[in-house]
Parts: sequence; structure tokens; C-alpha cells
Amino acid sequence: MISRETLPIILLTSIVALVLSILPLPGWLPVIRPAFLVLAVLYWSTMAPFVAGMALGFFGGLALDVFQGSLLGEHALALSFLTYLALRLNLLTRAKPIFEQSLYVLVALLAYELLLWLIDGWTGRSMSSPLRWVHTFIGALLWPVIVGMLGRFHSAR
Amino acid sequence: MAGFGTSIGRPIYGRGPSPGLRFTVYAILSLTLMHLDQRAHWSERIRYGLDAAAYPVQIAVNSPLAAWHWMTDSFSTRGTLRAQNQQLHTQVQELQLAMLRHQALEQENAQLRELQAALPPLIKKWLVAEVIGVDSGTLRQRLIINKGRHQGVQLNEPVVDGTGILGQVAHIGPWSSEVILITDPEHAIPVQLARNGLRTIAVGSGNTDEILLPYLAANADVKSGDLLTSSGLGGVFPAGYPVGRITGVRREANQLLAQVRAEPQAKVGRAREVLLIEFDPANPAAPPAPEALAEASSPTPAAAASVVPSTEKPEGARRDKPKAKSKANSKP
Repeated sequence: MISRETLPIILLTSIVALVLSILPLPGWLPVIRPAFLVLAVLYWSTMAPFVAGMALGFFGGLALDVFQGSLLGEHALALSFLTYLALRLNLLTRAKPIFEQSLYVLVALLAYELLLWLIDGWTGRSMSSPLRWVHTFIGALLWPVIVGMLGRFHSAR
Repeated sequence: MAGFGTSIGRPIYGRGPSPGLRFTVYAILSLTLMHLDQRAHWSERIRYGLDAAAYPVQIAVNSPLAAWHWMTDSFSTRGTLRAQNQQLHTQVQELQLAMLRHQALEQENAQLRELQAALPPLIKKWLVAEVIGVDSGTLRQRLIINKGRHQGVQLNEPVVDGTGILGQVAHIGPWSSEVILITDPEHAIPVQLARNGLRTIAVGSGNTDEILLPYLAANADVKSGDLLTSSGLGGVFPAGYPVGRITGVRREANQLLAQVRAEPQAKVGRAREVLLIEFDPANPAAPPAPEALAEASSPTPAAAASVVPSTEKPEGARRDKPKAKSKANSKP
């Protein structure tokens, strides 16, 4: 069980993930950049559901809205939804092999992007481009790496 | 789940309300924020405060890049500096030469318009801003610059670089602002072909090197290589500034409209420093106030074609805010 002592680490890694998400990148890199913050929030709400609650998802999403200049509350809603799913299903997903977890992550990221896409459409913002879905696959592929890296910060369950 | 309860000693579902209830609360909060941001304007104030909090982080995030530029600048060799100096020197001379002629032309223009005094300079105030953030996703083409309300930036101020129009200020924070680029799909700019004066609207494509002209008729006189300048309609951009160059025209027999693409003149993807320009409304080339626009309808059919999409495009129209009333007598 991950205890409350992990909280500073959770916050720190989330901030690093946020910075990676908003770092200006040249050329095609922004298209293939995975949603680092979303992956970090997914990881922590699966592995430490009592420490990293839905507040992390909501405020992380709000930070994304502020830095990316999107509709205020858009990413906040999508990320709180993902956190909710992770909190409800963590007992189911955390014990699964890493490959299967990657599939869950893919579904979660697709749901996240779908929600953003719908909100963009309703508010008249989107010009939908298929490239916006690229990062979901990259994120799922990167999941084992994320687990390996963030797993170093806390003792095994 | 062996050591459950030993480390923190809490019940299985934690303290406080259930995840479902908490999610509902956060969802309602998010939806309220979205509604306020979309419909009501006082949410600008929340954003303004949040932007102030975000500014240090933006600076920090940009600092590796800034440090790299600083390094390359300070360690450039004497040879490169000399070459650069030489180039700048020639450029200054060329510009001075052009300026001589420009002043004579401006004088002549004033005489032709039978104004007693010379026209006031078009540019009232300008401001150099550094780009501290780039948001060039697949759908958004925005820049964050390091000047905001405290430096006198105004909403809808045109943003240019040395070669052409980059975009306009879409959102102001206390020390930083967001610039929407002409390549953003939500941006539309009224343009004119320099060769024959044909007016239309250029819409961003989402790529840094392309803008689209979707409202030109299939038989419109347009070809590759034509220069696009701003037409001065729309009340944001002044007339006659370079916007782009046509790169491709496709006409299909069963389509009423031609598919025209253009490349922005300004270095949209590479700008590190940009210029914010405030225009003197007394000069005839300055962007007119929207109410003056409504009366000034042109007799050419091309103008009629350009007016229709501009009313359909809420983005183009929404950003057309009056800055100052332009004087009626300066428009003959």
C-alpha cells in the first residue's frame, strides 16, 4: 500500500509531467508527444488511489486548460473523468500484466480524447484533424516505460 | 493486498464521499467553468488571474530554449558576427533608400488627398515582444509572448514580423498575451490580391506553412505566385501589409469554388521576436472602425463575395473590436 508519504513525489512527478506536456517543441514532435500529465495521473490514481484522488485529476486538467489556452474546464472535466474510471477500476487493472494494462490505457486515452473532441465540437472550436488521435497510441505504447519510471519512486505494493 | 490497513489504517474505500459523488461535483464544476468561459465574459477575470500565476512557469519552461539561444549568440565567432554586421549594414542602407522615396510618396499622397497637413504616421506605437511559448498542435496555432496589459498590449492588436502579418492578440494576461496566428483554423483575415485587387478571406489551415482561400470562385483570376496583402477590411489589420503568396490553385469542373492555397509571408513557425503595432486611426490606411465598414460596401462583385463569409465566420467578426473611432473626414 502506498502511504501518504508519497504525496510530495506524486505532486512533483505530476508537475514534471505538466511541464513536459506544455514544453514548446519544434516540428512534428508536438503531434507525437504523449499526454504525459494524463499518463502520470492515470498511474497515480491506479497505484495510489487513496493518496492521489480526483482533485489531482481536476486541478491537473485545469492547469492544462490554463497553459494551453483551451476552454476553461475542458481538460479538467476529461481528466477528472479518467481519474474516476481509474479509481473505480484500479482493483481490476493494477494486477493485470503490463501488456493488458497498456490496452486499458489506450481505451482510457481514446475516451479522454473523444471527450475533448466532443467538447471542441459543441463549442465550435474544432477543425478535426486525425492527427489529434496519434498521441493516444504513443501513450499506450509508452505505458510500460512510465510504469517502470514512476515505480521507482515508491516501494512495491 | 497483504499489508492493507497497517500502513495508514483506513477503511477500504477511504474517507469522505464516494468517488461517484466527488466526480459529480468536479464534473459540475468543470461544466460551469466551461459555460462561463464560453458564454459569459467575466470569466476573463479568472483567466487573467490564472495567467498571472502561470507566467513564472511559462518563463521557466521556456528557459532551456532561451539559454540555448543565449549560448549560441554569445559563442558565435567573430567571422559570423562580421558577416551578420555587413548584411545588416547593407540592409539598413537599402531601407534608408526606400524610406527616402516613401516620405516623398507620403507627401504626394497627402497632396493628392488635398489635406492641409501631412498625414499622421500610420504606426502610432510599436512594441517588440519575445515569444515565450508556442502552441502549435494540430489544431491550434498560437504563440505566447512576454508582453501583456502592463506593457500596454491591447486586444486584437495586429502582430507582425519583419516580413509580414503573423496574427493578432487573442487574449491578454498581466505580463503575457496569447497571439492567434493567421495559420490557426479559427482565424480568418480579409485579404486582397496585390496584382488585381481581388478581395477574399484567408483562413488558417492548422499547418504553420499554409493558409487557405476557400471563398474564391472557380473562374477567379488567381494564379500561383500572386502576392496576398491585407485588404484593410474587418477592422483589425491595416491595408497593404503582406500576408502570403499563392502556392497552388486547383479548379475542378464540378466545383463552384476554386481550392487555393497560400504560404504565409511571415516566418510563422520560426518567429522568436514579434512586433505589436498600434495604428493611428487618423491615417486612411489604418483599419477602419466596424461601423464605418458597414457603410463602405464596394461595387465590385468580389467584394460582395468577401462580405458573406466574413459574417458567417464568427471568429473573424468577433475579433473585430473597435479601438478608436476613425475620423470620418479622413475618408474622402
